[in-house]
Amino acid sequence: MSISEYFNLLWTDYTLRTITLGTAVLGAICGMLGSFAVLRKQSLLGDAISHAALPGIAIAFLITGSKDTYILLMGALICGLIGAFWIRGITTKTHLKSDTALGLVLSLFFGFGMLLLTYIQKQSNANQAGLDKYLFGQAATLVESDVFIMIGVTGVCLIILLLFWKEFKIMLFDMDYTKTLGFNVRFIDSLITFFIVLAIVLGLQTVGVVLMSAMLLAPAAAARQWTNSLGTMVILAAIIGALAGIFGTAISATQNNLSTGPVIVLVAAVFVLFSFIFSPGRGIVFREIRFRQNRNDLQLKKTLQFMYDIAKTHQNISHPHAIRILNNFQGFSKNSLRKMEEKEWITLKGQEWSLTNIGFEEAKNLYNQQLKDE
Amino acid sequence: MSNPQLEIQLIAAIVAVACAIPGVFLVLRKMALISDAISHSILPGIVIGFFITQDLNSPLLILFAALTGVITVILVEVIQKTGLVKEDTAIGLVFPTMFSIGVILIAKNANDIHLDVDAVLLGELAFAPFDRMFISGMDMGPKSLWVMGGVLLVSITLLILFFKELKVSTFDVGLSSALGFSPVVLHYGLMSVSSVTIVGAFDAVGAILVVALMIAPAATAYLLTNDLKRMLVLSVVFGVFSAIAGYWLAHLLDASISGSMTTVLGIVFLLVYLFAPKKGLISVLYRQKQQRTEVSLITFLLHLNNHTEKSERHINHLQEHINWQKVRSKSVVDLALKNNMITIDNHIVSLTEKGKEFTGKALDYILTNRDDKIENIKDDFFLFRG
Repeated sequence: MSISEYFNLLWTDYTLRTITLGTAVLGAICGMLGSFAVLRKQSLLGDAISHAALPGIAIAFLITGSKDTYILLMGALICGLIGAFWIRGITTKTHLKSDTALGLVLSLFFGFGMLLLTYIQKQSNANQAGLDKYLFGQAATLVESDVFIMIGVTGVCLIILLLFWKEFKIMLFDMDYTKTLGFNVRFIDSLITFFIVLAIVLGLQTVGVVLMSAMLLAPAAAARQWTNSLGTMVILAAIIGALAGIFGTAISATQNNLSTGPVIVLVAAVFVLFSFIFSPGRGIVFREIRFRQNRNDLQLKKTLQFMYDIAKTHQNISHPHAIRILNNFQGFSKNSLRKMEEKEWITLKGQEWSLTNIGFEEAKNLYNQQLKDE
Repeated sequence: MSNPQLEIQLIAAIVAVACAIPGVFLVLRKMALISDAISHSILPGIVIGFFITQDLNSPLLILFAALTGVITVILVEVIQKTGLVKEDTAIGLVFPTMFSIGVILIAKNANDIHLDVDAVLLGELAFAPFDRMFISGMDMGPKSLWVMGGVLLVSITLLILFFKELKVSTFDVGLSSALGFSPVVLHYGLMSVSSVTIVGAFDAVGAILVVALMIAPAATAYLLTNDLKRMLVLSVVFGVFSAIAGYWLAHLLDASISGSMTTVLGIVFLLVYLFAPKKGLISVLYRQKQQRTEVSLITFLLHLNNHTEKSERHINHLQEHINWQKVRSKSVVDLALKNNMITIDNHIVSLTEKGKEFTGKALDYILTNRDDKIENIKDDFFLFRG
C-alpha cells in the first residue's frame, strides 16, 4: 500500500480511520501536557509513570478478573498516581535527587508488575493473554469507543487548562512567587500531575510502556524551539504530536511488519531533529549563521578601528594609505576591504585605501558606544 | 537445593554486586537515569551486532551493545551542550528513539532473527543455567556466570585502582581537575563500565530490572550512610540479599525471578525509606515537627524578652497575641517550662535567668545568622527537645 492509497483509504476504512484518529488525538494531548512536563524539568516523569503503571494493570486484573480496557487502565491510573506522588515524596522528604527517585519508582514498580504478570500467567484458569500488550502497545487494538474516550479526556483537559491557565503558567515559571500570591500550589501541582499521568495511561494501549516518554517529550521539545510563549508552545506541541501520530500510523500501515508505536516515536524524533537544526530563533543552523555574521562584523569593525587609529594622526582623514601597512594587523582580507567599501567606510584606489567621513564617524562612534555601555 | 538452583542464585548475586558498584557512583553523580537510557538504547546495538556476528552469545555482540551504550551517553551530552533542551529531556529523547530503531530493525528482519523484544526487555534468569560454556568439551558452568564474573572482576579492579580519583571527581569536579584527574576520562570510564555491566546483565535480568539493581541498592544505602566506602558495602549487601531472597520469593510464587528480585529490592527500599534512623521519612517528619516547635519556642521567648509589662505576658494574652492554636501554644509553653526557660506566676509568664541567657544567644544567632550555631545552642540549653 502506498502513502497516497493510505490517505484515500482513510475516509472509508474503519480500522485505519480509528487508529489514525486515535494516534492523532493521543499525540495532541501528549504534546499539550508534555509541554508542561518539559518546562517543569520533569521530562522523564513520563518514562517513570508509564513503567510504574504496570503493576496497576496486573492488580486490576487480579482483583476483577476482567480484561476490560477501562478497568485495567483505571488500575494503571491509580498506580501511576501513587508512583508520581511517591517520586515527589522521595525528593522532598529525603536527600535523594529526582533522578534517583524517578529511576527507583520506574524500576521497582515495573519489577513488581513483572512479578505479578508472570504470577498471573502461571495461574492456569485465567484468560490472561494480552496483558503484555501494554508493554509495547498495539495501536491496532484501538476501537472507536477508545477514541471517543481519548477525545473526551482531551476536551476535559483543555477546559481545565483554560480554566487554570494563569495558575499553571505562573507556577511553571516562578513557584515561590505563586506561593506568595496565595495560590494553593500543592493543588495546582497535583492537578497538572494528574493530567500528565492520565495522558500517559491513555497512551499505554497505543504506544506501550517504553515509548510513552518520547510521546510526551518529543512534540514539546520540538515546539519549544519555535517559540518563547507558553500558549503558542502548547498549541504547536499539540499539532506536532498529532502530525507525528498521523504520519507514524500512515508509514506503519503502508509497510509490512512495522508496529505503530516505534514509527510514531521515530517520526516525532525527526520533528525534533528538524526543529533543533532549522528553527529560526534557537536552531543550530541559524545560530551558526548569526555567529559568523557577528564574527565578520566584529572583524570589520576591528579593521575600521585600526584604520581610524592611523587616519586620525593625519590632518586630512581621507589621506590615502597603502594597504601594505595593514599587514601587521591580521583581521583584514580583500573581501572584508571590499565590504567596507560597500558600506562607504573607505574608498579603495589601487593598492591604497582612504577613510571616508562616514567611516571616520562610525569609528568614532565605536568608542562612544563602548563608553555608553559602561 | 539442586545444582541449577545454586547456580541461579550465584548468577543473581554476582549480577547484583556488579550492578551495585557502578550504581553507587551513578546515584551520587545524579546520573541514575543514564542507566535507564543505556539499558534501553543498547537494543539496536544488539541487533546490529547480531547481524554481523550471527551469534547471540558472541562477545563481539556484547562489545557492540556496550558501544551503543556509550554512544547514547555521548549523544545525550551533545544534545545537552547545544543548550536547546535540558539534560533530562535529552535523555528522554535519545533512548526511546534508539529503542524504536531497535524494535523496527527486529520487526523488519523478524524472519531471520531469533531475537525477541520481550526477552531483551525482561530477561529470564531461570534459563541462565541451561546456556553453558564448554571449553574443549568440558562443562565449565553457565555462560552468564563467566560473563558477569568477568565484568565484576574488571569493575572491582577498576574500583580499587581508581577509588580515590572516582571519589574526588564525584564530589568535587573542580578539585578533581585541579589535581589533574581528568573528570572527562573518569566520566567516560564510569559510563563504559556501566554500559558493559548493563549489557552483561541484561540477558540475565532484563533491561529494566538492571536499572533497579543499579539504582535501588545505592539509593537504599545512601539513606543510611554518608560514607562512600560504607555506602558501597551496604549497597552490595542489599543487592546480594535481594538477589537471594528474590530467588526464593519467585520459587514460592512460581513467578519471574527478576521481577521478584526487584520486588524484594523495593520492599527493602521502602522499609529503609520509612525507618532509616536519620534520613527516613518518619524521622524526617519527626524532626520537622520538633524544629517547628523549637522555632515557635524561640519566637515565644523573644516575645517575652521584648515585653516587660505584665499585660503583655499574661498567659491567655500570649495565645491571642502570637496567634497560635491552643494545642500548639500549650505544647510550646510546656516545652519552655520543662526546660526551665520560664516561670508562670499567677498567669504571668516571665523568663528565668536561663531563659534570658538562651534568648540572648538566640538573638545573637538570628543577627549573625551563622548556620551551625543554633544546633549547638539548642544542645547546650535544652534538657528536652520539642
